[in-house]
Amino acid sequence: MNTTWSRFNITSVTLGFAFLYLPIVLLVIFSFNESKLVTVWGGFSTKWYVSLFQNQALIDAAWVTIRVGLISATVATVLGTLAALALTRYTRFRGRVLFSGMVFAPLVMPEVITGLSLLLLFVAVGLDRGFFTLTLAHISFTMCFVAVVVQSRLVTFDRSLEEAAMDLGASPVATFFQVTLPVILPAIVSGWMLAFTLSLDDLVTSSFTSGPGATTLPMKIYSQVRLGVTPEINAACTILIAIVATGVIIASVVNKRREVQRLRDEQAALRG
Amino acid sequence: MKSLGSIRRDFAPWNDPNAKPYIQFENVTKRFGDFTAVNNLSLTIYEREFFALLGASGCGKSTLLRMLAGFEQPTSGRILLDGENLAGTPPYRRPVNMMFQSYALFPHMTVEKNIAFGLKQEGMPKADVEKRVAEMLKLVKLEPFAKRKPHQLSGGQRQRVALARSVAKRPKVLLLDEPLGALDKKLREETQFELMDLQQQLGLTFVVVTHDQEEAMTMADRIAIMDKGEVMQVATPAEVYEAPTSRFVANFVGNVNMFEGKVAERTEKTARITGSTGAQILVENAGDATAGADVSFAIRPEKIRISSAKPEGSTNALEGEIYDIAYLGDMTVYHVKLSDGQIVRAQSMNAARISDDPLTWNDRAWVSFRPDAGVVLTR
Repeated sequence: MNTTWSRFNITSVTLGFAFLYLPIVLLVIFSFNESKLVTVWGGFSTKWYVSLFQNQALIDAAWVTIRVGLISATVATVLGTLAALALTRYTRFRGRVLFSGMVFAPLVMPEVITGLSLLLLFVAVGLDRGFFTLTLAHISFTMCFVAVVVQSRLVTFDRSLEEAAMDLGASPVATFFQVTLPVILPAIVSGWMLAFTLSLDDLVTSSFTSGPGATTLPMKIYSQVRLGVTPEINAACTILIAIVATGVIIASVVNKRREVQRLRDEQAALRG
Repeated sequence: MKSLGSIRRDFAPWNDPNAKPYIQFENVTKRFGDFTAVNNLSLTIYEREFFALLGASGCGKSTLLRMLAGFEQPTSGRILLDGENLAGTPPYRRPVNMMFQSYALFPHMTVEKNIAFGLKQEGMPKADVEKRVAEMLKLVKLEPFAKRKPHQLSGGQRQRVALARSVAKRPKVLLLDEPLGALDKKLREETQFELMDLQQQLGLTFVVVTHDQEEAMTMADRIAIMDKGEVMQVATPAEVYEAPTSRFVANFVGNVNMFEGKVAERTEKTARITGSTGAQILVENAGDATAGADVSFAIRPEKIRISSAKPEGSTNALEGEIYDIAYLGDMTVYHVKLSDGQIVRAQSMNAARISDDPLTWNDRAWVSFRPDAGVVLTR
């Protein structure tokens, strides 16, 4: 394989990364802008971060977002895991193909339709829109992502592990909690994290299903931007980026370490 | 006839009409949709027996084992263990443990925890669990690896953990599904003897499923040879090899020469068989072959003598030409083409370094055998 850096390679890498990260870099830079004008550099300052933490409306919105994210991701993980179990384990029931297709349809469903249909449902059953309906909506659209992640793990799950547990005297319930669940736990955790992330940055579905007093951070940011971008918003976004980036970096470092450790163990085992 | 099995070891409850059966399959049938995996099968296994189910893949041997473990329910018929009908007893309430082909070790638990799993399920006190686990680790010589996870072990070590885990509960019966299938040849041979020692030491009943006839012959007290969901023969390894009761069994176990023919003459003990080209063979052990019946005469290659001159006084001698020779060091295998075109495989031990009757390709040669060297098969 040719590993030398040709001029063409360098150009394409630069262009690609610029395309991906230039907007984000600009946003981060301007969050430290002294000037109130978003596009004019007026010197370095952290004053927007200070004023951000004094903006009660934004802090409230962030709190709502986190609560909705935690609750909806947890409920969606339970439901999604159950759906994945049903779809991989009971492969012979009538209408299985239809059912599995329907579980995954929301993945490709335009969000506007998801949001609108949920809104219609809530209105039809007479639910007042607010924190509760917002959480329900988030559960509904993140559940299928969890189901996909957990199902892909279950497909490769060695069923003889469960048979071995039962053979050794564990009841089906004990087998599930002592063997199945611990083995598929990494997939369930990634499903939860995916659901949480999706819930955090959702705007469209939230706008349809939320009501007074339950404004999420993306909704708040979007509505403020319509009145004009303030550097405060840049600061809020920079913090979000920092949180997400830290999470991703920690996760990949941990994964990498575990992988290296596993390889080392396996080689040690081979040597006896 | 004295059983060949009793020579090997003084343990033969199957010859004792008063012996109590331990595991009984009574007319067991198992169907998966249109496919019949096990067909009206009856089988008796005795306590402390090392019993092997031998057959090609798809013959129903694993299904039989899984029915005994409780993972499959028979479509009809019943299975008794120590006189008790197992129908309706789920796997987790059967006094039977299984060692899985894939070992099925719990990847998230250490070796210790894997072995302790079954004991904890039955609510054994913690101190007793620890004692039993230590005992098991010692039994399979894995004490230094107690704290390791399965992925930190070699294939042979994993196999031992699986074994220790499955015997830790002292089951009435240990089921082994291709226990040595994943090991390399050298390790497999060592482990065969270890399994036999272990079975003697613990006094358990072992039922092992295997497709490897050598494995079954080495380890088992008796072997059931299966084909298409049916048992073809149940006998000791020596009987299966020396006295097969059907063409299938004779062909399945070891190498064999088959002569097709008709019974021309039948006395109480002997039969004269005429081949399709007129060759005559006189045999003992004619079984139930009646005069005029179409039969096969099966004879193992090592029972055939090969010589350059016609052996004197031999009842059965056939002339041919040496077609192929395979020198294997300890023995030489000759393929001799008879005048009717049939190839006969003859095997001779190289007891001396230099043969006093050297034979080479295309030599004329005689193959001869004693009347009691083979068996007559009608099925």
